[in-house]
Amino acid sequence: MTHGTRNLLLLAPAGTWFLVMLLLPLTVVLIFSFGERGTSGGYAPAFVLDQYANLPARWTAFKNTLTLAPIGTLASLVIAYPLAYYLAVKVDPKWKTTLLVLVIVPFWTSILIRSYAWIFLLGGRGLPALLDWVGIEDVRLINTPFSVLVGIIYGYLPLMVFPIFVSLDRLDKRLLEASSDLGAKPWRTFLQVTLPLSVPGVATGCMLVFILLMGEFLIPALLGGGKVFFVGNALVDLFLQSRNWAYGSAVAVALVVVMLITVTIYMRFINRLGVNREDVSMV
Amino acid sequence: MNSAGYGSGAAPKNSMIIAELRGVSKRFGEVCAASDLNLSIGEGEFLSFLGPSGCGKTTALRMLAGFETPTEGDVLLDGEVVNNLDAHVRPVNMVFQHYALFPHMTVAQNIGYGLRQIRPRIPKAAIAEKVGKALATVRLVGLEDRRIWELSGGQQQRVALARAIVNEPKLLLLDEPMAALDRKLRKEMQIELQNLQRQLGITFVLVTHDQEEALSMSDRICIMRDGKIIQIGSPQELYDRPRNRYVAGFVGTSNFFDGKVTGASQDLTSVLLQNGAEVTGRAMAEVSVGQEICISVRPEQIRLCRDGEGESVVVLNRIFLGEHTEYLVMHETLGEFLVLSPRQSELNDGPFNTGDALSAAWDVSAALVLDRN
Repeated sequence: MTHGTRNLLLLAPAGTWFLVMLLLPLTVVLIFSFGERGTSGGYAPAFVLDQYANLPARWTAFKNTLTLAPIGTLASLVIAYPLAYYLAVKVDPKWKTTLLVLVIVPFWTSILIRSYAWIFLLGGRGLPALLDWVGIEDVRLINTPFSVLVGIIYGYLPLMVFPIFVSLDRLDKRLLEASSDLGAKPWRTFLQVTLPLSVPGVATGCMLVFILLMGEFLIPALLGGGKVFFVGNALVDLFLQSRNWAYGSAVAVALVVVMLITVTIYMRFINRLGVNREDVSMV
Repeated sequence: MNSAGYGSGAAPKNSMIIAELRGVSKRFGEVCAASDLNLSIGEGEFLSFLGPSGCGKTTALRMLAGFETPTEGDVLLDGEVVNNLDAHVRPVNMVFQHYALFPHMTVAQNIGYGLRQIRPRIPKAAIAEKVGKALATVRLVGLEDRRIWELSGGQQQRVALARAIVNEPKLLLLDEPMAALDRKLRKEMQIELQNLQRQLGITFVLVTHDQEEALSMSDRICIMRDGKIIQIGSPQELYDRPRNRYVAGFVGTSNFFDGKVTGASQDLTSVLLQNGAEVTGRAMAEVSVGQEICISVRPEQIRLCRDGEGESVVVLNRIFLGEHTEYLVMHETLGEFLVLSPRQSELNDGPFNTGDALSAAWDVSAALVLDRN
């Protein structure tokens, strides 16, 4: 068996999977997006651009997604980085594993149930009641962008913590000593050595959380109460309620395009920082 | 203890003291990594800490660098106690064991790192000039824009060296800097390092487990074991006047014969060896009758000849080393020992072969009576 054939065989399962499970449905969605709504719902073959012309009607969903997904990603990053730093650098090694497990414990329960818990916590008898009791009255938290943000950060934080933790954990601690030895104050060591060398982890975490957030629908549905909705909610609505598959497909294609554009810009930005995986694997 | 013999090694000769350890101990929990270290380092000196791994030599270095705080005692730089001074404010730089070069920076950025930390800021042009000079000193001109992983091990080591010396430290600490290099490159770097030290006049403190490296480069060597300094002195002092068996075995090779002191006069000590032989030797420390000691005789101080005075021995093994020949010989009562014979004596007396019966002799002054520890 030649080297080439073996590589081909090894790649075959993944290749087939991508072809059948990813490209094929995407093609179907693309074809649907140029069609029309069937008389009793679903899809009717056609080649029109009506669905795309109609996109502005769903502008609010796009606006919400494109503001709350980046804000959620950024907020997760701000919260996750110090936690990951603490776990990787500061904590006593014997507690490391335990604390890491604690970070993923929430994943052991369905996000649905955990989001319901947040409905209670942020609802009228939860946090607002507590605030009312200390004198801060008429605070409404549930069904606001804030409650959606809380749910998002809560749900996706571990996905941000782990990649950053890994990059910080693999960081050679002698580099920090070398920096100090060369006269850098602790915060300058952080800015000049720790932070640049953890960029790959930050990049991975942000990418992971951002992409998943762009397609999120459960958390806005539960904690946004129909007032704060994402493109994902619009899709659920179009496919399952109004059964307008053609329009739903157009919205889905638009979401994919928006995601491709943002991710491309993001990748350009990360590459310009001049730090790639190679750098850290050298450490 | 004969203080004139080896107590003198703790202070450098004819130079200003730049760094000092005064009764320094360091404990990590139950483990005592260094205990009661006393040592002065002179300006422009090349001092080595020599010992096996875990002997505390790296801990001593890290306390000078400011990475560890002594549990007891004081670390002094330029006459001032710096125990609680962080590494980033000490005028000391270190070449790390695996260099610890910054992978996200170029060669020039690595070397200029220390200069960029100085406040008020140094102008960029001045930094570039100093970096250029340092690159020239370590002979890496032309590689300034390379990334670290594009360099060979020897080049990486030069970058680490340049990154440290560019700051003109009062003390340059080197933590096993040659451990990762192959043998040939190591020899070259040893010579280069020595030249560099003379050229710059910076005080070098080297940590190594390689006795050859320590002997060939250092002005003084500080031999350590189990967190303690066993002996400090010039390579020659340590070789000729070792304090105990450990030092004699660590610096060069030697033949050891265990025995008991039977009589001690002013210079000479008579010893009854375990195998019944009686020998006379020179005591390196005060000994008392009945004390368990050992006799050390360096292989090159034993003379072999066909018919002459001395003990009868039989050649067991012969290794030709060029200018010397190493013999393993057998003596009836002393047992096996090593002899290093110069080429000339072989030429005079014909080659000695395995199985030959010869005479072996050494001067009384070559037999050192040493503490067994």
